[in-house]
Amino acid sequence: MHAPPIEPSLLRVAPDGSVTLIGGFSPTSGLRHFPRATVCPYSGATDVVAVDLPRHGRLWLWTEVLSAPPGYSGPLPYAMGVVVLDGEPELRVISRLLGGPFTLGAPMELIGEEVPDHSGGRCTVWAFRVAHDTETAEGPSGA
Amino acid sequence: MRDVRIAGVGMHPFGRFEGRTTTELGATAVAAALRDAGCGVGDVQAAFCGTAYGGVAAGHRVLGALAGTGMPIIDVEAGCASGGAALQLAAMSIESGRYDRVVAFGVEKMPRGVIRSSYFAPWQEAAGLTPAPAYFALRAQRLLRECGLAERHLAEVVVKNRAHGVANPDAMFRTAVSVEEVLASRPVCPPLRLWMLCSPNEGAAAVVLERGGAPGSIEVSAVALRSHQPGSVLGEDSPLAGIDDTDLPTPTTMAARDAYEEAALGPDELDVVECQDTDAARELATWAELGLCAPGDQPRHLADGTFRLGGALPVNPSGGLLSKGEPLGASALGQIVELVRQLRGDAGERQVPGASVGLAHVVGRGANACVTILRRSSPAGSARDRS
Repeated sequence: MHAPPIEPSLLRVAPDGSVTLIGGFSPTSGLRHFPRATVCPYSGATDVVAVDLPRHGRLWLWTEVLSAPPGYSGPLPYAMGVVVLDGEPELRVISRLLGGPFTLGAPMELIGEEVPDHSGGRCTVWAFRVAHDTETAEGPSGA
Repeated sequence: MRDVRIAGVGMHPFGRFEGRTTTELGATAVAAALRDAGCGVGDVQAAFCGTAYGGVAAGHRVLGALAGTGMPIIDVEAGCASGGAALQLAAMSIESGRYDRVVAFGVEKMPRGVIRSSYFAPWQEAAGLTPAPAYFALRAQRLLRECGLAERHLAEVVVKNRAHGVANPDAMFRTAVSVEEVLASRPVCPPLRLWMLCSPNEGAAAVVLERGGAPGSIEVSAVALRSHQPGSVLGEDSPLAGIDDTDLPTPTTMAARDAYEEAALGPDELDVVECQDTDAARELATWAELGLCAPGDQPRHLADGTFRLGGALPVNPSGGLLSKGEPLGASALGQIVELVRQLRGDAGERQVPGASVGLAHVVGRGANACVTILRRSSPAGSARDRS
């Protein structure tokens, strides 16, 4: 049994523990966003539909958090950064990071990570880890 | 901006002051500004108080401590730009013709450690996706990569500002540091180390504004405020995602553009600048965003000392937030106090010789940026043509 998603509108957790990020896509603006909003955050278009976001991407920026920020009781230290998801046009997502060492452009894959939630239970948050298989599931036009 | 001048400034030093309330800090700064302006609290028609953590009616409590209530007292929260927003509202209240003399002030007693912000949902905190230093670090890494900078350059900014802060009695840290010492301070979020980050702290600053120019007075030429446009994953609004932001102007760029246009001058006419240095990379980015240098030219200017005291355009002669610390609501007005001292020639050992045009800049969470331009009018019989 895997912990429920940290916020149901953000991601799904499958019985096998794999996770899917839920984004939004506006056919009018042609842009993807995350988390899904009622209007496209970049254009104001109101035709947003929910889309499953790609599970793979490339690492753009990363850092490490060495001491616990307020309201956080998960493992330390932890890495966080920005992953550019596969597909066009570009979507850059803030994420916890696992694996490493991290390098610019490293292939990354989406996984779930369990952390304590804010009410004493456990929850699943999205994370990306360095993918050692260089093949990505989605092609460059896989939006 | 027309016909708004600064009549007086006052500060409570920035630092940590156990046993002193937010109200006491604010009252100290406001009373000092009123003394400097040569007026009493009864001569002020409205008050605008910048604060983020001061609580309900923080400004009212300050004016109450000075027996000054009765006038409109408006608290303003705009994140790190709270004091700038208070100043803008105050200046506009004069410019509009509504009032002739008002006070803008900022007060803050920041919690210790990493700033906790109600901006975030509890789940974001549980996920560990809220620490401000991590976002600063991601921006820093991008800046280093895109502008050909190294960690050493971040340290050099700290060295510059801490050297300036030695001569500022209102600063929290008044010792000079070396590049090696900065690089030996403990890592917080790589590439940022402890001494590369400013300390949230306590303090207050106040500015009395009056209608009309007078020979030799300090005029408020522009106060421009902008918030972020959506799109950058590294925006100060701390979004969870973003798109290609190559051509997206930052809040600072937009506010600077507005301020230069309103003041009818360009960055080449500035004599002194106080800018947001929440972390060392923030200052390096700001140089370019304010048009003080081209993106990528920061290493050359560090080597040349362009922005040091004694250089062509001193930036953060007060020591900046890296020396003073950052009491959110007060930090912008603390910059204004420094600029007024500089433009009056009262800045002592950190005086920029002959300074007559100064720019102040703040930006931060809340995603507001504020750029203020002050100008000293000519001393005798040559007040600006206001026709």
